[in-house]
Amino acid sequence: MIHPLEGYTVLDFTQLLSGPCASLRLADLGARVIKLEHHEKGDLSRTLYGESIDLCGDSAFFQAINRNKESIAIDLKSKTGKAWVRELVAKVDIVVHNFRPGVMERLGFDYASLKLLNSDIVYGCISGYGQDGPWSTKSGQDLLVQALSGFVWQSGNDKHGPLPVGLALADMFAGSQLVQGILATLVSGESGSVEVSMLEAMLDFQFEPLTLYYQDSESVERGKVNGAHPLVGAPYGLYKTSSGYLVLAMGSIIKLGDLLENDQLLSYSDPKQWYPKRDEIKQILSDQLATASSQHWLDILEPADIWCAEVLDWKHMLEHDGFKVLDMLQTVRCGNGQTYTTTSCPIRIDGELFKSPQGAPLLGQHNASLEQEFSLGSV
Amino acid sequence: MKLPLKGLTVLEFSQYMAGPYAGLRLADLGARVIKIERPKYGDACRQLVTKNMKAGGDSVLFHTVNRNKESFQANLKDPQDLALVKKLILQADVITHNFRPGIMDRLGLDYETVKTLNPKLIYAEVSGYGTQGPWRDKPGQDLLAQAMSGLTWLSGNSGDDPIPFGAAVADMVCGSNLAQAILACLIRKRKTGKGAKIEVNLITSILDFQFEGLTAYINNPELKPRRSSIANAHAYLGAPYGIYSTQNGYLAIAMGSLSTLARLIDCNALADFDQDNLYFSKRDEAKALIAEVIAKNTSQHWLDILEPAGYWCSDVYDYHSLTQSSGYKALDMEMTITRGEDVNLRTTRCPIRLNAERIFSERAAPVLGSANVHITKEFGL
Repeated sequence: MIHPLEGYTVLDFTQLLSGPCASLRLADLGARVIKLEHHEKGDLSRTLYGESIDLCGDSAFFQAINRNKESIAIDLKSKTGKAWVRELVAKVDIVVHNFRPGVMERLGFDYASLKLLNSDIVYGCISGYGQDGPWSTKSGQDLLVQALSGFVWQSGNDKHGPLPVGLALADMFAGSQLVQGILATLVSGESGSVEVSMLEAMLDFQFEPLTLYYQDSESVERGKVNGAHPLVGAPYGLYKTSSGYLVLAMGSIIKLGDLLENDQLLSYSDPKQWYPKRDEIKQILSDQLATASSQHWLDILEPADIWCAEVLDWKHMLEHDGFKVLDMLQTVRCGNGQTYTTTSCPIRIDGELFKSPQGAPLLGQHNASLEQEFSLGSV
Repeated sequence: MKLPLKGLTVLEFSQYMAGPYAGLRLADLGARVIKIERPKYGDACRQLVTKNMKAGGDSVLFHTVNRNKESFQANLKDPQDLALVKKLILQADVITHNFRPGIMDRLGLDYETVKTLNPKLIYAEVSGYGTQGPWRDKPGQDLLAQAMSGLTWLSGNSGDDPIPFGAAVADMVCGSNLAQAILACLIRKRKTGKGAKIEVNLITSILDFQFEGLTAYINNPELKPRRSSIANAHAYLGAPYGIYSTQNGYLAIAMGSLSTLARLIDCNALADFDQDNLYFSKRDEAKALIAEVIAKNTSQHWLDILEPAGYWCSDVYDYHSLTQSSGYKALDMEMTITRGEDVNLRTTRCPIRLNAERIFSERAAPVLGSANVHITKEFGL
């Protein structure tokens, strides 16, 4: 099995999540990723992101995001550090960074300068809000981008007020777009620079509701009951049962009325009512579904091909045979020799999943080997 | 601008969101994407109408996901049409589909068969939950995948029921994974001449999306994701991380030192939480203190204090305030797509910029079967 990106090397200046999740994907697809870290502090996510959860001596988040990479500690402000970067750039294929706009330029590592050192280089960067414009100096942090992008009005019910989603969506979605831009450039076989901002990524993520908004300028209404998507009518939602929760996706209210022997539902015979009257209909469903267990309802609804599922938490999901058969976990050994279990790449190619036993590196763990391999001397 | 995927042809058998979203990104980056659609109805997304909004007979949603593509209509159950499609596959670089397990085999379009026709083909398959196991036949639908993955326990406050993302997040990240896999295999093909079979699915895509928290939890099951009781924005991050009500709106505050925040908002009690990890272990109490103070003044008042001090915070916008803001306008994110007289829609452009240029395309989604005549001729079918 040849990993598709075998033979490509990435020099990775990024830290925290947006850039490092992009380079993780490149690593999983076969690229060699050299993580360039601040010589003293290292990647900020070692100490400043998810730091309350320690795993093998670094934050658990750092361990999850940075497996399968090598670490070189460099003082970018020193002459030697700058010389090392130039040596490395000359021999790698891809450079990525997520510094604030202007930082790479000041260091002398902007795309134009690096292209002089390596005419084939593919250069990728992630910013919060674009390289220029009035917001370019704002901090490109996930929650702030969610808040500015309007996305906090999409989840939950109207009574919730702005509701951010509880993981770093803007970071990861921007990272994902960067991977696509970099890979497309590599397909062309030509040098190029690829830019993604977290805000643009979040706007793309909302292309469906934004396109509707551009037509009618109407505010988003999540509804009062069981909100699960502001644009989809009843029964779409998450419902409490006597034993837990279940979700119902799109489906016919009439068919549900028949299956649940509920005359109130049957009175909503016109499918055109299912969006404007979604709160009423979902309230009727909520009242009924609360009276018995999730399994009771699934036994009625699933055989009738109603789109439904039990709501699982991580514990029950991880124990489920449906999860186990996905073969998604792997155990890796990190820089200090300890092992931990984490997820693996969700892409299968030619029937194979890509796993790698290499955990996240210690800060500067690979300085000696990289100095030798790339002939990095002091200046 | 010369787009990087120019010259590549993608046949899109996929419908709805995940597969077509990948196709859209490949089209944005220069590939020619031809939708292969069943007669009369085409992609079921054409009729998936939200807010009653249609353009040229198709849902606005369909236009959003399928702009910049062509449509070839074919009845795959008809031997003649199937023969034409096989000829097209001979000349394609990539095909994507999201049929339920087994359907492509029955049509004779499974990878093993198609590979013999075109060994360089990248063959990409989207499913809900993979091809084995007890979830195999469950409907591959976004909300279901969210619910089964554990995702709904991450958002909202601890007193809330589980809350799904109000967007098709499993579809979108799965589509992104699909696009990445296709591109990576095109790179390998360039080097080795080898085709590939790619499989992605909604459930591992949305699980991968939770990889940070999952890694924390799997290695220490005591660390169940716990939402904070107030201003929750992340199960594993401490105070102040969250959104707070102000006198006239809301304020988002990201991570930062609590003693600094205590000084800036003049709330001495808050500084006590800056030690011994209390900002995480007692975050509900710390957040309650912050909420009480922030509610007493306007959003602008707090922004004027926190922003100059470099504290990570922002206003909270809805689509009205967002689209009127100077930061949004500077992005130049919107474009108009058209189709003759009957479609004229504003939508978003590709979020990737190449060589400092934005990528625009004005072509709306195709009329069903509108490319049959010229594709038949061009590909010698």
